Amino acid sequence: MTATLPPRAGVGFKLEHAQPILEDKPDVGWFEVHPENYMVAGGPRLRTLDALRRAYPLSLHGVGLSLASDEDPDAAHLAALKALVDRFEPASVSEHLAWSAHGDLYFGDLFPVPLTDEALDRVATNVTRTQDALGRRILIENPTHYLRPDGSAQDEVAFLETIAKRSGCGLLVDVNNIQISAANVGYDAEAYVDALPGDLIGEVHLAGYDEDQGGDELLIDSHARPVQPDVWHLFRRLVARTGPVPTLIEWDNDVPPWQVLFAEAQKAELCLRAYEPRPA
Amino acid sequence: MTRNLAPFQEAFARAVIDASADAAPDRLDDEARRRFRVYRNNVQHGLVEALGAAYPSVRRLVGEAFFKGMARAFVLSHPPTSRSLALYGAGFPAFVEAFPPAATVPYLADVARLERARLEAMHSADANPLRPAAVAALGEDVDEARFEAHPATRLVASTHPVVAIWRAQQEEDVVASIAGRPETALVTRPAEHVLVHALDPATGLFVASLLEGQRPTQALKRAHEADPAFDVLRAFQQLLVAGALVAVTPSPCNQEEAAS
Repeated sequence: MTATLPPRAGVGFKLEHAQPILEDKPDVGWFEVHPENYMVAGGPRLRTLDALRRAYPLSLHGVGLSLASDEDPDAAHLAALKALVDRFEPASVSEHLAWSAHGDLYFGDLFPVPLTDEALDRVATNVTRTQDALGRRILIENPTHYLRPDGSAQDEVAFLETIAKRSGCGLLVDVNNIQISAANVGYDAEAYVDALPGDLIGEVHLAGYDEDQGGDELLIDSHARPVQPDVWHLFRRLVARTGPVPTLIEWDNDVPPWQVLFAEAQKAELCLRAYEPRPA
Repeated sequence: MTRNLAPFQEAFARAVIDASADAAPDRLDDEARRRFRVYRNNVQHGLVEALGAAYPSVRRLVGEAFFKGMARAFVLSHPPTSRSLALYGAGFPAFVEAFPPAATVPYLADVARLERARLEAMHSADANPLRPAAVAALGEDVDEARFEAHPATRLVASTHPVVAIWRAQQEEDVVASIAGRPETALVTRPAEHVLVHALDPATGLFVASLLEGQRPTQALKRAHEADPAFDVLRAFQQLLVAGALVAVTPSPCNQEEAAS
């Protein structure tokens, strides 16, 4: 049996916060890392993750599997991920509805997926192969949009739901991505949140966005600032329906001192507790 | 929809690492072509930052604007081939060496090599270094023994005082003199921390020979050719203190030959 993440607030772990976290063991529900950063032979990074894992439940949130590539998952990468899963026994493993590699090249960014039957078949197959290789269920995350997709918010939710039903995977709902996509491509953010199948949601992500300076009035998924008020609003709307779910604060660029991140996590924790089921 | 997955991804992948500022996949409308730049910016900015994290001293030596230009030229010509960026940028020192605008900083490529060596040492396999007692126990057999490098050990031979230049960058100091003093950097990670030691060139040659698998007698010959005053005991001491070795195999003369 695999452990699951507690329905509490977690934080994206940054190596620069290792000291305050490992020394003070703050009351955080869990931590998440990108497994790609730990795909190394040895050294201090892996020892830090060992120490973190001893103290907290861990989530591995990948960016390199490129599940929506029109090719099989990279065997070497899958093997490296499997080695980390075996070593760290994470409570959750997740990836994205996106592609980030093509042929031999890796781009370090998440690219959009057309909502076609061909793409649906490909992603469902790649998720299944990944789960078979890892020997466990994964979650997949809804994308951020900068280009206009082929369908509506509801079409994208249906696409994710079909992948989940075919492969048996769960969903990671990034509320910030929903808000960004709503602004950038005209999705109805509340309709998106309301259409999500609550029973498939294994994790939620919250992060800050920024306004693009390029003149197209785009919102950019910067992960470089506090969660915006409209994202908190959407989050409360979701959790009011689903009840408490494991919820991550992501802050990957212009990383603030640990206490700032911890305060954001406590804000999310209070939100989650407000929607705990009450005894009848 | 007629957007077949493979051709869509092929065109998208090509455009995202295209050097021209308005590159975009075909068949996008004007708005989408403008918006595509978000992906190009994200990819190129992300990879430049990954490189900057791996080469902080190079970045400080040449300044932010120059570094970004040089790094961008590198990432467009050498995009990652691994899904982990932890060790991205292996080819950067050679690229710096051949990058004409950087020619005015002749030691820049060697500083890049030193930073690369540190990065590789950081993420290499863990191992317990060879203990001095194991070498002492060999007695005179040490001359014909074969030594194995610790997985983290790296050597960077330079015609510049590369360690002094690199150290000055860490302390945001000015190097008093950078002319005419060659140095070899010995980079190790015997335990948690990466260590950088400065070796004189003859010691550098000796260590390089040992790490290539030559016997100490051969290595000594090479070092003596470079410097008749080369002190082999001191060199061994430096190696052992640095934790640069992981194993020693006694002289092959004392072992049965595997094949006749």
